[in-house]
Amino acid sequence: MEWHRRHVLGLSDFQPEEMEFVIDTARSMEEVLTRDIKKVPALRGKTVVNLFFEASTRTRTSFEMAGKRLSADVVNFSSGTSSVTKGETLLDTARNIEAMKPNILVVRHPASGAALFLSRHLSCSIVNAGDGQNEHPSQGLLDLYTILKVKGKIAGLKIAIVGDILHSRVVRSDLHSLGRMGAKLWLCGPATLVPREMERTGAVVTGDIREAVRGADVIIMLRIQLERQNTAYFPSLREYSRRYGLNRDVFSLAKDDAVIMHPGPINRGVELSDELADCERSLVLRQVESGVAVRMALLYLLAGGSHVAH
Amino acid sequence: MLLIKGGRVIDPASGRDEIGHLVLEDGKVREFLTGDPPARFQGKVISAEGKWVVPGLIDMHVHLRDPGTEWKEDILTGTRAAAAGGFTSVVCMANTNPVNDSPEVTRYIVEKSRREGCANVFPVAAVTRGLLGKEMADYSELADAGAVAFSDDGKPVENSLLFRRAMEYVRPFGYRVLSHAEDPVLAGGGAAHEGWTARKLGIPGIPSAAEEVAIARDILIARQTGGKLHIQHISTRMGVDLLRMARRAGLDVTGETAPQYFTLTDGALEGYDTNAKMNPPLRGEEDRMAVLEGIQDGTIDAIACDHAPHEAYVKRCEFAAAANGIIGLQTSLPLSFSLLAGGKVSPARLVDLLSAGPAQILCLRGKGTLAAGADGDVTIIDPEAEWEFRLEDVLSRSKNSPFFGWKMRGRADATICGGRVRHSAIAGVSADA
Repeated sequence: MEWHRRHVLGLSDFQPEEMEFVIDTARSMEEVLTRDIKKVPALRGKTVVNLFFEASTRTRTSFEMAGKRLSADVVNFSSGTSSVTKGETLLDTARNIEAMKPNILVVRHPASGAALFLSRHLSCSIVNAGDGQNEHPSQGLLDLYTILKVKGKIAGLKIAIVGDILHSRVVRSDLHSLGRMGAKLWLCGPATLVPREMERTGAVVTGDIREAVRGADVIIMLRIQLERQNTAYFPSLREYSRRYGLNRDVFSLAKDDAVIMHPGPINRGVELSDELADCERSLVLRQVESGVAVRMALLYLLAGGSHVAH
Repeated sequence: MLLIKGGRVIDPASGRDEIGHLVLEDGKVREFLTGDPPARFQGKVISAEGKWVVPGLIDMHVHLRDPGTEWKEDILTGTRAAAAGGFTSVVCMANTNPVNDSPEVTRYIVEKSRREGCANVFPVAAVTRGLLGKEMADYSELADAGAVAFSDDGKPVENSLLFRRAMEYVRPFGYRVLSHAEDPVLAGGGAAHEGWTARKLGIPGIPSAAEEVAIARDILIARQTGGKLHIQHISTRMGVDLLRMARRAGLDVTGETAPQYFTLTDGALEGYDTNAKMNPPLRGEEDRMAVLEGIQDGTIDAIACDHAPHEAYVKRCEFAAAANGIIGLQTSLPLSFSLLAGGKVSPARLVDLLSAGPAQILCLRGKGTLAAGADGDVTIIDPEAEWEFRLEDVLSRSKNSPFFGWKMRGRADATICGGRVRHSAIAGVSADA
């Protein structure tokens, strides 16, 4: 297939063939990562700017690594060290960066819709690396890729996503990627963090983690954002972990070959027990691995690569 | 002297809806005549055949941004937009800078609008000093300076005891307290109606209950104190139900809604359109239908557009950072005209909502009627005019509207304020200097 996108803003309009195309490209990228010299010249002379207005280590590092593996010049811009603190608008900041002629802007911003907004006002390509509570498309694709690697398919799998559904952009992207590929999705968490409207996505919504995990092929645990605790969505971390945390006992209800995923960073002992986080069925580190390959694929395709790199 | 001849004169306050001629003299309505128009008339003549001649429209909820943020709007540009939209009077809210909580600010607004305005301007003064919700403003002095009512609009008066005291204190003077009904804690920093659209877009929601809880509180306080209450910009189903209930209980509680709440839903937020961001937020279809019902059955007394001008850059940004509100003075009449389709709202009722209703709510003497002796405020409406709202039509200093490109029906052809033509789209009739 041909790649026509100038931006990757979200997965809401990605068709299955398009996602498969990205995954195919990611597979060739991953092959590069197994080589002794993990670098190809595909993006030589291109510039990627990581424009991060929100704290992030792994996503930013992952994009940076992806760009560098493809020989792009990668520049990091984060709001703590910028004029954002001096009251500059998002658009002014982004236009200043654009005036330095980057090819691709990788944007993370606390406001939903920020990446879409920039795509309307700038001429370079935009990759959304997480916008508020809206989407995190590269995460949605890397989750898809990771599950495909282990399970070989998506259609028909029962995938439970447990935790803070309300604030999660990962869920919104996963619902598009995994949902559109035919997974049976279950969303679980305390009622204050699982909006009733989420049933409209076609997912099954439950407050009972046992029900969500029973017979599941994949369990995606979401991070509980401890910094949100001032608005108290649940009584205590202790109660949360007892009722919505994944431990050996609950996990035993899943299929024998079930796997555990987590977009990180993990709160050990809160949403995921210490032993499960490190067990052989935890795919957490494989997600990180897949992440670099998927992001390489996205940068490569956006920079104009139409065939798979060798 | 001014003769407006041959129009359909619709004056719900005096029960009139008939073809005839209206004579204005010395800035007042002199008389209404039927039959042949006066043969020899010394003065200006406007032919209004096929047009509606109605009491000057009154928008009881606008922000003129003057004093303080005149780059958004000022009294001249705001009233120019009002006149172009058919409004002869606007009622401006107190959230200026400085806040209209002192007689000096009230007098500034009154005097500047007398000098420069293209429409009458009635200031609303603050309920609490600085809109801070802590101490009562000096109501008598503010009223003497020209304030017609009190409101902290833009913010609720969160402290229930203070709100009770304010209602109780102003009751003997006959002033109404206008309430921006919102429980700010429950609204919790949301930026869109809590519903499917907000969930899908990942925008923090403002639940309907944040408005309804506050409306219920205000109504109960009105009942407790016997004060006169008005609920501003009602946007939810239960909000309309609560107002209906208060009326059935015989309380002096009135309510307004804005055209956007019966025209749009939160679906307009798709693509993170910041021109669809306002407070209260655009609600769901069920709420929109309930607001329409409230208009049809008489629960809602007035349509007011909550004209909220903002310069381009505070809307040209990420959704969460965007300012709330839209301009509305030039679209309020045509959007309200759509209520006539289906016949559940009569032309007289429409005039009531846009003129007689607000005049009654705020006790604006001489306004909202064309009875002999009333102020010579008249709007001539072409009910058949079809037109498109375009950016270049905007007379406000700010252009934040979600309605550009909309096909409109119904238009103010002339706006006459105290006998002076302040806006005219009629060939051969020019605005008075």
